[in-house]
Amino acid sequence: MINKDQLQNKEEIPMIDIKIDGKAISIPKTRPHSVTGKQEPTTIIQACSIAGVDIPHFCYHPRLPVSGNCRMCLIEYGIPAIDRDRKPILNPDGTPVIRKMPRPAIACFFNDTATTEIYTNTEAVKQYRQAVLEFLLINHPLDCPICDQAGDCKLQEYVHQYGQETSRFVEDKVIKPKKRAISSKIILDNERCVLCTRCVRFTREIIGIPALGILNRGGLNQISNYPGSDFEHNYTLNAVDLCPVGALTSRDFRFRMRSWFLSETKSICPGCATGCNIIIHSRDKQIYRLKPRENDNVNSVWMCDYGRLNYKWVNAQNRLTHVFAENTDGTQVESDWLSTLKKIISVLEKTPPKTTAILVSSRLSTEEIYLISKLAKRLDAFTDSISHLGEGDSFLLNKDLTPNSKAIQIFKLASKTPGDRIAEISKNIDEGKIRNLLVFGEDPIKSGIAPGILGRLDLFVICDILVNPSSKEAQYLLPGASFAEKQGTFINAQGRVQRFGKAFSPIGDARPEYWILANILTKITQESWPLTPEGIFNKITATTPGFENMTWELLGTVGMDIVSTANTTE
Amino acid sequence: MEFSVPNILKNKIDELILHYPEKRSVTLMALHAFQEYYGYISNEAIEWIAQKLSLMPITVLELVTFYPMFSQEPLGKFHFKICRTLSCALKGSKNIYTFLCNKLGLDPHLHGRQTTADGRFTVEYVECLASCNTAPVLFLNEDFYENVTEESVAELLSLCEQKEGENE
Repeated sequence: MINKDQLQNKEEIPMIDIKIDGKAISIPKTRPHSVTGKQEPTTIIQACSIAGVDIPHFCYHPRLPVSGNCRMCLIEYGIPAIDRDRKPILNPDGTPVIRKMPRPAIACFFNDTATTEIYTNTEAVKQYRQAVLEFLLINHPLDCPICDQAGDCKLQEYVHQYGQETSRFVEDKVIKPKKRAISSKIILDNERCVLCTRCVRFTREIIGIPALGILNRGGLNQISNYPGSDFEHNYTLNAVDLCPVGALTSRDFRFRMRSWFLSETKSICPGCATGCNIIIHSRDKQIYRLKPRENDNVNSVWMCDYGRLNYKWVNAQNRLTHVFAENTDGTQVESDWLSTLKKIISVLEKTPPKTTAILVSSRLSTEEIYLISKLAKRLDAFTDSISHLGEGDSFLLNKDLTPNSKAIQIFKLASKTPGDRIAEISKNIDEGKIRNLLVFGEDPIKSGIAPGILGRLDLFVICDILVNPSSKEAQYLLPGASFAEKQGTFINAQGRVQRFGKAFSPIGDARPEYWILANILTKITQESWPLTPEGIFNKITATTPGFENMTWELLGTVGMDIVSTANTTE
Repeated sequence: MEFSVPNILKNKIDELILHYPEKRSVTLMALHAFQEYYGYISNEAIEWIAQKLSLMPITVLELVTFYPMFSQEPLGKFHFKICRTLSCALKGSKNIYTFLCNKLGLDPHLHGRQTTADGRFTVEYVECLASCNTAPVLFLNEDFYENVTEESVAELLSLCEQKEGENE
């Protein structure tokens, strides 16, 4: 939650010494405000977070304004005692006497700088937690067995950890609306809600649209949108992430999988050039949901709904899962990697310079794009890429809807306006100058290559993830791997190199494009090329300006910025 | 259909806006003005106020649902507000309420405000009316009645019928 680098960089902020549960620790006197960024006195929950002491909480969220309504984070604290003359009372050894205050404070809001000791595990604190949880459970439906949040639920965790075993409640529970579709993406269950107002504050403070509010009073309190107006926005699903219980559930994920069956993989959203850090939740080679992962340099803790729901193609029906090769009669039949690659290599080995064109998708990883640039250099090939532009917005969504256009520019596989060489390539194919066409992740016909002329090529290879209208024209059809099925890096629009991990092995016979490319390159250049993204990346760092300080290890989970922009601005 | 607010109400709200440093502070007073004028606050009214004060309708709706004195449905012509806070409760305001409900064909066990099917009478419990020494007490529209009994309530009902007859 607290970024350690940020702490170290702010040297001008004075440190104060406090004790948390008897352990001495030095904490900065002020911390930046969650929304405005202005320095404000460090709250107890922030101090405990720095000390690694867990304080249970519902309404507090490090990225939202403090509300202080759930009372879950009550703690006890002590301040130096003073006598009648307001002089500090000292122990015989000269240290001040610390008196525990008679009443508790909410850790999320309390920031009295006189505080010198914090107690988070006293008998009283345990009782406060138990009492708060008992109140929260009074009207909670306890429907965990059918609740999507079970396993991720803060209420469930805290009750297990701090709650009492049995309920003393014998009255009737308050009936509130259930299963309310508050938007096309979200279902609201008011009975499960603990009224922490995280979603309300999110809509008001982060996306700036007060779409949600609290209606009624007392026990009948309920979160609601304005009747008749749906809560529609490109960032609404963040409210589902924020919800500590199962009140807000995503319609996309609802009832599809229990959360504890899902394995989590750190990845990068391939939806646009922003490169939001994400976590892939998957099971049995199937993606069930994407969730944002914290990275202050890129997406804070948010991601857009477009990116979040843009994963269905990985497990789509028209996924290419086998190698296909064209038969003598022109039909495509299933083939194997070994013989197919052999045939492709034998053509490429003998082809004269300037007879090959390579169409590259900016959805490939940096390593793959780098290998393609090496292949293009060896073959003296024409290269181009295609831009996929959308609308974008002012928050996270970039108008470039591919994750790695920057790498295409760095390795000079296309001009500043990708796609402007297509007409030339098409003309050269037509005139018979280009004999080979290799396409990675694009649809050549849709990109602008005349459909009638593809039959004239000596070699026409399409390597893609999904079947596209041009696929049936190809001599060789190679199934590639999606972002979830391989490791690699993407370079976002700001020039930040970020690693994405492999959630599961490629579906069917599919292989990562870097594997295909490294195999081809090894044969036709007579050099040995690494078959791992790590090996390829470390080769990039050795030869590419701006990457000097990087290694695969150093990229870590949050990535690194390219140092010099000289090679990207030209 | 466009919701049009009569000039008298519009002017009142424009005047109210001048009294506050921020426009949103007017919300509560504007709601009172609408409640007084129409007898209830419709969704159109909420949206009109929200637009007038540059707010989202949900923020106005929050207030409307929070305060019991605002009604989202039209109220009866005769509105009984029976106190149920301690003194009145001890002096039997529940009996008065039950009696009144039974007389008007309403269900005394239902929670909240009730209006008869013909839209003439509304009965509800309210909190303290600040007249504990004369408990039980009730409001009939803007008129205050002290030391009420079942007999006096029956009288009040016939008074209502009489008033209605006069107006017709």
